[in-house]
Amino acid sequence: MSEFLNVVISIVFDGLAYAMILFIISVGLSVTMGLMGFVNLAHGVFAMAGGYATVAIMSQLGIGFLPALLCAGVAIGVASLVLEQTLYAPLYKAGELDQLLLSIGLVFMASGAFTYFFGPDPISVQIPDYLHGQIDLGVRSFPTYRVFMIAVGIAMALGLWISLERTLIGARIRAAVDNRPMAEAVGINVNRLFKLTFALGSGIAAIGGGLAIDILGLTPNFAIQYLVLFLIVVAVGGLGTIRGTFVAALALGIIDNAGKYLWPEGGAFFIYAVAIAILLWRPSGLFGRTD
Amino acid sequence: MSSTALQTSGLDKNFGALRIARNINFELQRGARHALIGPNGAGKTTLLNLITGVLRPSAGRIQLLGTDITGMGQSKRTRLGLVRTFQINQLFKGLSVLDNVCLAIAERTGVASSLLVPLGHHHQVIDEAMHLLHMLRLDGDAMQLVNQLPYGRQRLLEIVIALGQNPQVLLLDEPAAGVPSAESQLILEVIDSLSDDIAILIIEHDMEIVFRFAKRITVMMTGAILTEGTPNEIAADDRVRAIYLGDY
Amino acid sequence: MPSLVGSHTRRQQMQPTQNNQHPSRRHRWHLAEALPWVIAVGAYFVFPDYLAFGTQILITIIFAISLDLILGYAGIVTLGHAAYFGTGAYAAGMLSAHLGWNEPISGLVLAGTAAAVMGWISGLVLLRYRGLALIMLTLATAILLYELANTFEDITGGFDGLLGIHISPLLGKFDNDLWGHNYYWYTLTVLVIVFLAARRVVFSPFGRSLIGIRDNVQRMHAIGTPVYRRLVTIYTISAGLAGIAGGLFAQSNAFVTLDVLGFARSGTILVILILGGTGRLYGAFVGAVVYMVVEDELTKLSPEFWEFGVGLVLVLVVLFARRGLLGFITDMNELMHKARS
Repeated sequence: MSEFLNVVISIVFDGLAYAMILFIISVGLSVTMGLMGFVNLAHGVFAMAGGYATVAIMSQLGIGFLPALLCAGVAIGVASLVLEQTLYAPLYKAGELDQLLLSIGLVFMASGAFTYFFGPDPISVQIPDYLHGQIDLGVRSFPTYRVFMIAVGIAMALGLWISLERTLIGARIRAAVDNRPMAEAVGINVNRLFKLTFALGSGIAAIGGGLAIDILGLTPNFAIQYLVLFLIVVAVGGLGTIRGTFVAALALGIIDNAGKYLWPEGGAFFIYAVAIAILLWRPSGLFGRTD
Repeated sequence: MSSTALQTSGLDKNFGALRIARNINFELQRGARHALIGPNGAGKTTLLNLITGVLRPSAGRIQLLGTDITGMGQSKRTRLGLVRTFQINQLFKGLSVLDNVCLAIAERTGVASSLLVPLGHHHQVIDEAMHLLHMLRLDGDAMQLVNQLPYGRQRLLEIVIALGQNPQVLLLDEPAAGVPSAESQLILEVIDSLSDDIAILIIEHDMEIVFRFAKRITVMMTGAILTEGTPNEIAADDRVRAIYLGDY
Repeated sequence: MPSLVGSHTRRQQMQPTQNNQHPSRRHRWHLAEALPWVIAVGAYFVFPDYLAFGTQILITIIFAISLDLILGYAGIVTLGHAAYFGTGAYAAGMLSAHLGWNEPISGLVLAGTAAAVMGWISGLVLLRYRGLALIMLTLATAILLYELANTFEDITGGFDGLLGIHISPLLGKFDNDLWGHNYYWYTLTVLVIVFLAARRVVFSPFGRSLIGIRDNVQRMHAIGTPVYRRLVTIYTISAGLAGIAGGLFAQSNAFVTLDVLGFARSGTILVILILGGTGRLYGAFVGAVVYMVVEDELTKLSPEFWEFGVGLVLVLVVLFARRGLLGFITDMNELMHKARS
């Protein structure tokens, strides 16, 4: 295989793995912002909490990585409901600035709290043996964990897409994102629907956080460090669209990898330049409504 | 100088397949006292929004005092003397009554781009504002915050702000709707007393007001002009009667 | 939602206090306005060992005032104001480090100018947008600058910082001594000038029109305001002042790192202003002093306590004291007056 092709495959492959992390963590945020118009800078906290919960569950209960991930997802999803009920709900009708400030406050609190309990140093996670090493996919071999990551991301995107397009609840969510007053007028309880999707989105982000430990690392600074990136993915994709978030995550993930590979000194520059260009061109994002 | 203050020709507005304004040819004479009527959804407010630049027409042209303003921004049209009032409250609710009027006057007189001299030193702005407030008997409320002002008085303030902009063409969107009768009388008296140089177009549902005020009436229906004429002609028009008797 | 500010709606809570005063008196000085300056001068004599820290507080006040002009008055929500602070800091730093331009006052003027130009250019693009798109674009713009500075680390020094800044003595006489005496006065003088200018602007018809834009932008269009042009103007001014703050930062520390452009700085200054209270200029003073003193004390104790604490305070402010500490104090004052009468 030619050297050039090899490089391209590497860039796309690593970009894909990165994109899947971005997607899994950001998709819940897209729903929060699309459905309730809530500017939630604290969404990364769910992912961070999911990462720590995964590690804690593995060591406390002595169970494996994958079951621990699921437990973390469920636990964080349920816990996020308490947060939604007590702090977010009162601010749904408030301005963007209030929501932004409240959620920044939450990020700080989480960062301080996690430092207190887990220490400031990066922690690692014991991934199972069968996800270690390389796997041969015919053309060449790839790191198994990243292949797994991509598979999970695609499966999740498909699962979410199908449940949104094919189920009654999905139809209701689409109706509520599209035209909330109308949805309420035909008897959809948007608030309850939202609580459900909020918990689901947080739970998925928590799983994403657990999956990301091996690739992005995990410190109590995680939610602050990646806050901007998750927001950008959602804004570029368009609020409240799974397809948009997926495409944006793919584009930004691969561009970021390509940039860092081709121009190591200026790497992270690309992703923001592209994001700005897209937002200038389409302020409501690639798949956002333009009204 | 032409006798036309405002003219639209062939004005269309489409939202996708929806045509909310169709081939509107409308003319407002200098010094006119003109009323625009029609049932809800007839397109009156759409026409107003097209004229003031809130909406851009899909086709057609608009001329103000001989100048083509079709592509012009809202604020520029205002500076040429095209002034409107709003049907639902569009006041600066967090500011005092006096500040509301001062903003408009400062904008008209060009004072508003002054960066370093306090508003309090521009006496002519404050004096003119107080004078206008006095005219509409709002001077006693000058220091009230608008959101603490009764609704009827807010409607009066609407008129004061419009007058502060020194209109050449004044578009009044249901100026007296929902106002207690004492204040609505005051509003109508003030409108009656305005200089003949100002061309006035009033959108109104209250036929008593329309026939008391207007020298000409235009009737709109489903996004187009149905007919136009003197109050007597309109009152005698069978189609108009049908609309207002509800069996059109 | 139980709220200590009871009858106020959220929208009202954004209002600065001077709105219910007569326009012909509003701009006059009040006795209470002497207080911050008395404190600033007094602090020099009371805390002679903390003047370097005091200088950093004064710089933060300037930065917060610059944000108040666009956020508190014009209602522009930004998550990227560090872009202009950082531009000023790098301008002042690189003038000295690369060009050998060490005279501080002209250096500061150039820092402010560079930031104002940056504010003007970015403002021309950014201010065509509003709402969430604007927030995201300000955020992305600042990060883009950060990444640019990181990319060209041979010029900016990158993570390791820009070395080789040597600022000449002020007016040829007063050096940046180890205890920061001279720079305290230097910074305080600049703050006085910046504050006087900002105060002039907010009470001018121009400043009032900004409040009108924040309160009801639709109506401002209708009364003939060139809204976009006004916003670009105040954004440029604000960026220039932020650049002056950044320039002072670079000169007083003789060192600049990428932090000056970082998201944390944009976020922190927003928190400081909200904490003090927006749309009243003095909120910047209260917010900066309280935030930085508490940060200093708590960080000594343990950094994570500080992080948790500042987060908690922010949440409480948003839920219960949306007009900031200064607004909270005036509300309490009014309540007490009412209770007495």
